[in-house]
Amino acid sequence: MPPRYLLRRLAQVLPTVAGLLVLNFCIIHLAPGDPVIALGGEHGDAAYYAFLRTRFGLDRPLPEQLLTYAANVLRGDLGTSFVHGRSVAHVIAERIPATLLLVFSALALSSAIGVGLGVLAARHRRRPTDTAVNVAALLAYATPPFWLGQIALLVLTVGTGLFPVQGMTDAREQRAGLVHLLDVLHHLALPAFVLAVSELALTTRLVRTGLLEAFDSDYVRAARAKGLPETSVVRHALRNVMLPVITVIGSRAGMFLSGAVLVEVVFAWPGLGRLLLSSLLSRDYPVLLGMFLGISLAVVLANLITDLAYARLDPRIRYH
Amino acid sequence: MPGSIPEFDITSTLIPARVERGSGRRIGSPRILRTDAGRIGVVLTFVLFATALLAGWIAPAHPFASVAPPLRPPTLGHPMGTDDLGRDVFSGVVYGARTSLFLALIVSLLSGSIGVAVGSIAAWQGRGTDDALMRITEFVQVVPRFFLAVVVVALFGPGLDRVILLLGLTSWPWIARVVRAEVLSLKQREFIEAARSLGAGPVRVLLREVLPNALPPALVVLSLSAASVILIEAGLSFLGLGDPDVVSLGYLANNAQRFLRVAWWMAAFPGAAIALTVLGLNLLGDGLNDALNPRGGR
Repeated sequence: MPPRYLLRRLAQVLPTVAGLLVLNFCIIHLAPGDPVIALGGEHGDAAYYAFLRTRFGLDRPLPEQLLTYAANVLRGDLGTSFVHGRSVAHVIAERIPATLLLVFSALALSSAIGVGLGVLAARHRRRPTDTAVNVAALLAYATPPFWLGQIALLVLTVGTGLFPVQGMTDAREQRAGLVHLLDVLHHLALPAFVLAVSELALTTRLVRTGLLEAFDSDYVRAARAKGLPETSVVRHALRNVMLPVITVIGSRAGMFLSGAVLVEVVFAWPGLGRLLLSSLLSRDYPVLLGMFLGISLAVVLANLITDLAYARLDPRIRYH
Repeated sequence: MPGSIPEFDITSTLIPARVERGSGRRIGSPRILRTDAGRIGVVLTFVLFATALLAGWIAPAHPFASVAPPLRPPTLGHPMGTDDLGRDVFSGVVYGARTSLFLALIVSLLSGSIGVAVGSIAAWQGRGTDDALMRITEFVQVVPRFFLAVVVVALFGPGLDRVILLLGLTSWPWIARVVRAEVLSLKQREFIEAARSLGAGPVRVLLREVLPNALPPALVVLSLSAASVILIEAGLSFLGLGDPDVVSLGYLANNAQRFLRVAWWMAAFPGAAIALTVLGLNLLGDGLNDALNPRGGR
C-alpha cells in the first residue's frame, strides 16, 4: 500500500470526526432545557452545574463553546457520570472488553459459517440445498436480533436448560483459571450466535453470488482445465470473493454494534448495551452522549480499516 | 470516488435474481409477479397494507384496552394470548403493524425526496457541487442511525414524530448514491441530447426526461431502506424508547422481555410480525429489481 494513500485516507477522517463533534454539540444545545443538564445529567446540584458552566464556558458565545467542547473531548474528557460518580470515559472503557468479546466472537462465527454455507449453496446451484440455504438466509436477514435472542432464550435455555440464562459468568460461585474461561464461553455461545445470524445471512449470500460469478470466469476455467481438485478451485476463487465480503462487513459496523447492544440487553451481557440501558433508565446523559461519540468514532475506524484492508488485499487497486 | 467504500448493491447480493425463462408468454402479468421472490414480496406487503388500513375492523379490541384475564395463552378468542395487563396481543400486533408501516412510509417519503434531490443535483451539476454533496452523503452514511436516535429520544423525550424526522434525515445517502449513478449514465444518452437540442432547458430535461428514468432503481433501494427503518424503530422501542401513546411491534417485544419465562406468546408473535414485514419489503425490493433489470439473472 503506498504511504500516500494511507495519508490521504487518514486526512479524510479528520473532517468526519470534526463533523461528529459538531453533531454532538448541536444535540447538547438543541435539547430542550439547559445544556448543562445534557452535560451533567439530571442529578447534579447547583454548585456542580455552576462548575460545569465555567468549565464548558456556557456563558460565552457559541463558537467559543464549541471549541471548548471539542478541546475537552479530544483530551478524552467526556464529562462525569453523576450516577457512577466517575469520569464517563472510564465508565465506558470498562464495558468495552465484554462488548468486543461478543462482537468479535460473533464476527468469527458469522464469517466461518457464512463462508461455509455460501460455498455449499454455490456448489449445489439451483438444487434443494441451494434453495434451503437461500430461504434460511432471507429469513435470518429479516429477523430482528433481539427477537431471535428472546426465542433462543425461550427454547434453548428455559426449555432445555442447555445454556445459562443470562450474564457473563455463573453468579452462584466464583471460579478461576480454565474453569472460569469455560464458564464465560458457555455464557458467550448463545448471544454470539444470535448476533452472528443476520450478518451470517449477508456473508452467505455474498459468497454464493461471488462464487457463481467466479465459476463462470476464465481463471476458474483454466484452473479446472489444469485438473485441480474442486476444493483447490473453490479456495482459489474464494480469495477474490472475500473482497466484497470484507467491504460489506466493514460498512455495516454501525448496524452490527446496534445489534450487539440489543442482544446484550436480552442476555444481560455486561457490556455497552447494558450500560446504555441503565444510563437511559437513570437519565445519565453524559454517558449516553459519550457512548454515541465513541460508537461513531468506532464506525469511522471500522470504515478506515476496511478501506485499508481492501487496498492491501487487492493488488489491482492503486489509489492515487 | 477514490477512498470511499465501493458501492454495495444489497439487492443483487442478498437475493438471487431468478428470472423465469420464456416468461414472454404471460405478457399480461406485471413483471414483478414473475419471480417467486417478487410474488411473495407483493403478497406480504399487500397483507401489511391491508392490515394497516383495516386495523379497526381486524383487531377485536383496542390495543391498550384490558379485555381479558392477564397472561393467558392463545385461545380462539385471543389467538395470540393476552399480556400482563390483560390486553389482546393480536390487537397489539395489528395496530403495531400499522405504526410500522406508517413510520416506514413517511420516512421513505422524506429520505426519498432528499436522496433524489441530492443525487440528481450532484450528478447533473458535477465538479465542485458533486464533490461537496458526496462528502456530505458520506458523512451522513457514517453516523450510526440507531445510536443517534437513542440519544435524541433520550434527550428530547419519546415521540414518533422525532423518530420519523431523524430517520428521514439520515436514511437518504443510499438513495442519493443510486440516483447519482443513474443520472450520470443517463446524462450521456441520445434522448437527453435530443431533448436538449430541441431547446428544452436544464430543469425541464432533468425533471421530465432524466428523473423518470432514474427513479425505478431508487424505488428498489427505498423498499430495502423501509425494511431497515422498521428494524431500527423496533430496536428503539425494545429499549423502551418508543412513543408511549402509540402501540408498536418493538414496544410489545420490550414488554415481553420481563415475562419471557411465563408468557412465550407475548414475545413470539410481535417478533414474527416484524420479521414477516421486513421479509416482505426485502422481497418486494428484489422483485422490483428483477422486473426493472431482467438481465441480472445470476
